Amino acid sequence: MTAPLNFAPVRLPPEAEKLRGEVRAFLAGEIASGAIDPAGGGAFDREFSRRVGARGWIGMTWPKRYGGRERSFLERYVVGEEMLAANAPTQAHFVADRQSGPMLLRYADEETKRAILPRIARGECAFCIGMSEPESGSDLFAAKARAEPAPGGGWTLTGRKVWTSYAHRADYMIGLFRTAPPTETDRRYGLSQFLIDMSAPGIEVTPIRFMTGGHEFNEVAFDGARVPDNALLGDPGMAWKQVTSELAFERSGPERFLETYRALEGLVRLIGRDPDLRAAEGLGRLIAQLNTLRRMSIAVAGMLAEGREPALEASLVKDLGANWAQALPAAARALAAFAERAGENRPGFDAMLAHATLIAPKLTIQGGTREILRGIVARGLGLR
Amino acid sequence: MSAADNVLLDSVTRIFRDLADPRAAGADGDDWRATLWPALEDSGVSRAWIPESAGGAGADMADGFAVLRSAGAFALAAPLAETLVAGWLLARAGLAVPPGPLAVAAAGADDGAALDSGARLRGAATAVAFAAAADRFAALAGDGRVALVARAECRVAEGANLAGEPRNDVTFDGARPEVIGPRRVAARDLRAVGAVARAAQMAGALEAILDLTVEHARGRAAFGRPIAKFQAVQHELAKLAGEAAAADAAAGAAADAISAHGGAPARFDDRIWMEAACAKIRVGEAAGAGAAIAHQIHGAIGFTEEYVLHRHTRRLWSWRDDFGSESVWAAGLGRMAAAAGADEFWPVLTRPWAAEAAAP
Repeated sequence: MTAPLNFAPVRLPPEAEKLRGEVRAFLAGEIASGAIDPAGGGAFDREFSRRVGARGWIGMTWPKRYGGRERSFLERYVVGEEMLAANAPTQAHFVADRQSGPMLLRYADEETKRAILPRIARGECAFCIGMSEPESGSDLFAAKARAEPAPGGGWTLTGRKVWTSYAHRADYMIGLFRTAPPTETDRRYGLSQFLIDMSAPGIEVTPIRFMTGGHEFNEVAFDGARVPDNALLGDPGMAWKQVTSELAFERSGPERFLETYRALEGLVRLIGRDPDLRAAEGLGRLIAQLNTLRRMSIAVAGMLAEGREPALEASLVKDLGANWAQALPAAARALAAFAERAGENRPGFDAMLAHATLIAPKLTIQGGTREILRGIVARGLGLR
Repeated sequence: MSAADNVLLDSVTRIFRDLADPRAAGADGDDWRATLWPALEDSGVSRAWIPESAGGAGADMADGFAVLRSAGAFALAAPLAETLVAGWLLARAGLAVPPGPLAVAAAGADDGAALDSGARLRGAATAVAFAAAADRFAALAGDGRVALVARAECRVAEGANLAGEPRNDVTFDGARPEVIGPRRVAARDLRAVGAVARAAQMAGALEAILDLTVEHARGRAAFGRPIAKFQAVQHELAKLAGEAAAADAAAGAAADAISAHGGAPARFDDRIWMEAACAKIRVGEAAGAGAAIAHQIHGAIGFTEEYVLHRHTRRLWSWRDDFGSESVWAAGLGRMAAAAGADEFWPVLTRPWAAEAAAP
């Protein structure tokens, strides 16, 4: 069998379905009390993250000694998709839960793990990711920001990171810095990952606004910021390898295909319980496509649960999922065309559609562009 | 179930390899009758979905679907899927299943068979797969009764699908069944099993055309290098791999859902039906998109008779139409979801099938 076709069915276990009910009840309570607003608003909400942490739903697969709950990746999957479907404001813990925490678990020293992981699990510690630079995006290994040994120990960081989501709110960054030049035979060599306290002197965060006016992106300038020795994560010069495994976590989750989901739910509300044939058929196709993406993402979660590193499968899910989520607003718009213009559900749908349309372009950029992902899949097929 | 545990799959795949090489001359002809079919009957696979108590192999439904996936990868030109589904239908109706190739004549939306007061079959079934090649039909009447009827009792029109396999309109003009089953079967359950069988075959065929296309792209040179080295070609192949993977996941999930239901006499619940619908729709879409990419990358050789690609792609195009096209299933699925209302939309999407929540 060709390598990337490894999507044997995985059933969600009973405990995951039980958990789904608990998460749904929690979110319904949050919405009913007005604590969160599913129609949008504060995506980065530290209070909400604390309440989620108190439920044990952040870092839930991690060892208990670091504040985790030792639950399965399939249970984590269920929590994730329920949060997304409800448009819950998870940004204050999302990145740390998905990738920074697992990164620290694998590569940080014991002291760091004990200090930081329990805080993440309590929903008290937000992370951002410093990979892209003004002159390196998809070509990650062209990164120029550098870390140099500081006199008297530790490292000095110099350079710039861009497109850094929530850098202006995050407590920590895990950033990619050059500690050695690439070798002649391996241009990937020489990059290292560092844990950076965003409150350290020498770090300046400047907003970069989205075309919608929203503020999520930032530029982060490092001008001699100091980090201690144990801020270096893993082996110096070998970050490319660590990043590759990080991507298996980053790329296959339900966030890759549910970012525009609310436009679909809005469409269902708009076309009503007895839609015409065209709307019914179009909706049916979208459901089949979404259900298949769910099954693929659950299959990857199953592989993670077995301790495997399904980087290739994850890339495939991300490519299919992001393309689907990106095309969803156009499909919903077309199917909505003949629904009543002045119906009571029209304004809500129009607002969701507008939001989805405006965020759609980023879906095939963030976390690996479509072109990069297809290159990874092509390599998996033995073409490169 | 893991593929490694599927002894049936291993032994049948060996038979396919020995006796059903899609690259062999005459692979699409009637040769399957002489040696392949007896070998399949000897292996027990043609009776996989018949309980052991009724003289069958009593295999897990998922094992049978895995065999059909493999059959699709070999572009098998024999009515194995039809015989399996017919066997399932007859056994579910409480009937003994005779040997020999069978076909399924289901009551469709536009047609249908009925049993009259004299227990004769009347009506018609359109585009019955392999009707002209089957000894007998498992006919599902509109009221859910199942009749086993000899082909000779029925009028079978000429006809073929895009792959040249028999697809025949069958007219029942007072046909006398050999036997009528004591239990009724829901037409929608039959369509689900048939649709998932075709989805499994299509998933196998998509894997085969991915392999063929990768192999071709690596071997075929143009402008001084293998065409696999061109980024434009690589990205198309990555898309093909994505379609094949999606088909595999969708077909596998539906097979698993039906398998989890097992041989329980209860009708399939809405969740199983939904998983079957999703599989037939998504795999059908993948069949169209995947075949187009495979042909584009193959260039002219791909649409020659001598080259094997068309044995797969013509089947992919045809199988989309059997047991309900993507459009037909999608309209039904969309109506079901819409009827539940927007507040129930997410719960409907995520509802586990009954056995999932209680899985081992």
